[in-house]
Amino acid sequence: MKASLMPRSIRMAILFACLVATVAFRAAPVAAQSPLQEVLQTVQDQVANPARRTVPEVLDALLATEAPGRLEFLRAWAEREVYVRPGDGLFFYARDAADQSLVLLDIDTGAEIDRVGSRDVNQIRPNAGVRREIAAALVKFELLDPEPAQRRAALETVARSPDPEQIPALRAALAEEDDPGIAARMERLINLLVARFAPDTATRVAAVESLSGDISTEARRVLNQLLQTRTDFAETRPEDTNLATLRTVGGDIGLEDAYARLADAGHFPPRPGHNAIRDALRAHVVAGEVGGVPVHRLDTDAARHEAYRALEEAGSVPPLVTQADMEAAVSQYVFFDAYLEPDPAVTDAARAALDSTRTAISAWQFLGITLDALSLASIFFLAAIGLAITFGVMRVINMAHGEFIMMGAYTGYVVQTLIPSYTVSLVVALPLAFGVAFAAGVSMERLVIRHLYTRPLETLLATFGISIALQQLAKNVFGTQARPLTAPDWLAGAIRFNDIVSISTIRVAIFVLALMFLLLLLYILNRTRLGLEVRAVTQNPGMAGSMGISPDRINMLTFGLGSGIAGVAGVAIGLYAQVTSEMGANYIVQSFMTVVVGGVGSVFGTLAGAGLIGALQKGIEWFNPANTLAAQTYMVLFIILFIQFRPKGIVALKGRAAGD
Amino acid sequence: MTMQLSEDPQAVAPAPRRTFLYENPSVLWFMACLGLFTLIVSVLSEGMGTGLISTSLVKILGMTLCLCLIAIAMDVVWGYCGILSLGHFAFFGIGGYAIGMWLMYARTEIVVRGNLAAGTIPPTEAEVAEAVAAQIFGVVGSSELPLIWTFAGSLPFQLAMVVLVPGLLALVFGWLAFRSRVTGVYLSILTQAMTLALSLYLFQNDTGLRGNNGLSGLQNIPGALDVPQSVLSVWFFWASAAALGAGYLFFAWVVSGKFGSVIRAIRDNKTRVRFLGYNVEGYKLFVFTLTAVISGIAGALYYPQAGIINPAEIAPIASIYLAVWVAIGGRGRLYGAVIGAVTVSLLSSWLTGGGAPNIDFGFYRIVWTDWWLVLLGLGFVLVTLFFPKGIGGLFDYLVRKKE
Repeated sequence: MKASLMPRSIRMAILFACLVATVAFRAAPVAAQSPLQEVLQTVQDQVANPARRTVPEVLDALLATEAPGRLEFLRAWAEREVYVRPGDGLFFYARDAADQSLVLLDIDTGAEIDRVGSRDVNQIRPNAGVRREIAAALVKFELLDPEPAQRRAALETVARSPDPEQIPALRAALAEEDDPGIAARMERLINLLVARFAPDTATRVAAVESLSGDISTEARRVLNQLLQTRTDFAETRPEDTNLATLRTVGGDIGLEDAYARLADAGHFPPRPGHNAIRDALRAHVVAGEVGGVPVHRLDTDAARHEAYRALEEAGSVPPLVTQADMEAAVSQYVFFDAYLEPDPAVTDAARAALDSTRTAISAWQFLGITLDALSLASIFFLAAIGLAITFGVMRVINMAHGEFIMMGAYTGYVVQTLIPSYTVSLVVALPLAFGVAFAAGVSMERLVIRHLYTRPLETLLATFGISIALQQLAKNVFGTQARPLTAPDWLAGAIRFNDIVSISTIRVAIFVLALMFLLLLLYILNRTRLGLEVRAVTQNPGMAGSMGISPDRINMLTFGLGSGIAGVAGVAIGLYAQVTSEMGANYIVQSFMTVVVGGVGSVFGTLAGAGLIGALQKGIEWFNPANTLAAQTYMVLFIILFIQFRPKGIVALKGRAAGD
Repeated sequence: MTMQLSEDPQAVAPAPRRTFLYENPSVLWFMACLGLFTLIVSVLSEGMGTGLISTSLVKILGMTLCLCLIAIAMDVVWGYCGILSLGHFAFFGIGGYAIGMWLMYARTEIVVRGNLAAGTIPPTEAEVAEAVAAQIFGVVGSSELPLIWTFAGSLPFQLAMVVLVPGLLALVFGWLAFRSRVTGVYLSILTQAMTLALSLYLFQNDTGLRGNNGLSGLQNIPGALDVPQSVLSVWFFWASAAALGAGYLFFAWVVSGKFGSVIRAIRDNKTRVRFLGYNVEGYKLFVFTLTAVISGIAGALYYPQAGIINPAEIAPIASIYLAVWVAIGGRGRLYGAVIGAVTVSLLSSWLTGGGAPNIDFGFYRIVWTDWWLVLLGLGFVLVTLFFPKGIGGLFDYLVRKKE
């Protein structure tokens, strides 16, 4: 398969190089050695009309010779690139030429021989079975290829279609291998193959045991394959099968199911089900009666059974099987699950190996969940921290906060349409989004919120009005369809720890961004004049005012700061979700929850709230992975209950600062 | 805000005992307007009268009356008691779901029985139930009747649910919230969380209420399947008008007496009321639960006219719109809530339904479907900033003029 990716010119060059080498080192016998064409002519029919049965003859003939280019020929053969000339039965490669004609190339030298119409030669088309055979034969050689990349590719081919035939080839290759990474991979593949296919128990058990502790999906798939079971029954407890579990009727297997299995095997008559009884009755209506029961009475199961019994006695329907009949029939048999693998030693070892990985897998899964939760928490933190500061300082709920997030995201989108480089546009978009949202926040504070400080509930409603107006404006300007905000290439991948845990780079970046803003905010609040004044106004606006701080100015700046961070959060969210006019609304309720749970006006409170909500949501999703909606439902319920016990949030302001 | 209710300081004891209606002249006015409106709509309707008003318009008007009913409930809990609940539409939706279950089940059962009767032998009860379940839940890939549908075939049971489920939910939620003295914006957010949780819950396919498909075909009333929609719509219009009238009267009575004074006092300063020995939390809980029940009834009347209910109806945004109506109409006066609900919801249907002509400036064309929400949002901000009493405040102006 891989060979087809190689440009034909390179292939020809290799062929030519091989030829030159042959000529140089074996100058004398070159004439004597039969070229590939001659070898092929000895099995002409099998090559020209490939069948799965005859492929090995060709392979044997080819591999028995040292003819150069035989591997190239095998690849070309499998890829349907070999042509046969009907006149003399010779084989050629071919190259497309103008007006549907083909240029025939000699398979030994690669020289142009002839130019023919595409009707004059026959393309050889091996079927899928033949191609598999060829590929398997090729793998042996590719495993010894000097190029490590080729060897890796060959290993992947083996892993995709495991086959016991490949064990010796792998062993031989392993002996020659000097790349430790590839050697380890080979060793594992050998183990996987041996565990599944080796003939003797001891080797297989050893191989299975060597897989214990291996958490890769590949190893676990092999182990699970070894542990596949089928459900069966027998008159006595079977001795010669590899028994997995015995089933108790009524417990592990339902009575009707058990009986149906017996009936399917032909041991007992099938039980006429509800529909079968109804259809039988329908088929036997005679003059408005069935078995002496008037039709209009047949609307209960009891009446139907009575009628059916009557028909049964007349011998016109198969007998009704009652509960007692089924119990009697089933009690004569033992129902069990048996492993498809007949060797109990192997299945025991496989079970033990799987059990040994269980703890490690749970630990890794836990790590994965933790990473997910951290990433979710950092998004919530970015989205909510602005809300928390404004709420803390001004006791004002800003329902339009989500729209500032949206504004930031759209700013990112617009910048990206103007600047083609994704990296540069991201660098420009982050501060610009902050600026745009800052300006919007400050103007909203000046125009609306300032006038409503004494009426907090009305601020909530007024900002809601702004929120729906902004949302609709965005819809009018940018349309309703989602706009992409593409991450630069260096953010596009994912960091993989192993088969279980991986995290996309963009989430790591958002985490870093959240961390940066956390530190920045802590610095501003604790180490600057502005922060001092903000804290003073948060704790007691009246007293702060009397100390010469202008609460008006502080309110404006805090509101701008909070909104600006929302704008940055918008860019971050837009990078992994899509930018729509409703994206803010999707985060606003979660942001409120984060603030309420964390406690208002505290950076660490918001951090704790975001952490708790993120962890909770991911934790619930872990128990019920299929249902994100359920996770959100339970999370909201939890928050409602949480407020019962800590109405002021995790980090509550104490003393006089608590206000009300 | 306490306009008609305060005792005239000039009236010295023994003042003559004044009747409820004398003290609340707005009730009489409202009843008269409602009656007149009902009469006009009936006479002009397609089903009963001249046909000047189309069936769909009658339905819209009937639905608007239901919205007025929940708006006055919202007004009582917010305008009078000061609890800004952003979750009352959840109760409205629950009422709709409760009645919708019966409508859907009973109608499907009639259809299914009709189909099965065509067979040669009559169906058993189990077969009917199975076919009904398959019919209703086929869309969510299930054919089992969930437990909550056990009594869906019984109208009295589902009618009881219309009242009991919102009432119980409000009681439990309110008890938890008020007990821990959650107030102000915190309470608003908490109620919003409640309605969000409910809508997310209903969005799931396996909760037994058909996930995001919701319940549909509710406009077909079992037992009246041969009555044309034009007539049914008028019946529902009457029922909605009657419910609104009764609700208005009831709430006017509730807020006019001593009870009304206490809840208004709680709104203005709950600490003082508590010091006076009143059980503030008990009053709040009572008002919250009572208005939730009325909201449920309003929903049960609304959704048979709308014909379909799905979880999106309960999304938090709906409850916020409710607050917007009340705020625009004027809080703390029942007729204000009605005015707000009528104005905003009819204006919304008119502008978004393509009824309003677009304005062409040459360089830009104002398409109302695009700009209505911008207008509403900004208008709402202006009302909040400059007319805190809302449209209803104009009546104060008129009354003062007269005096």
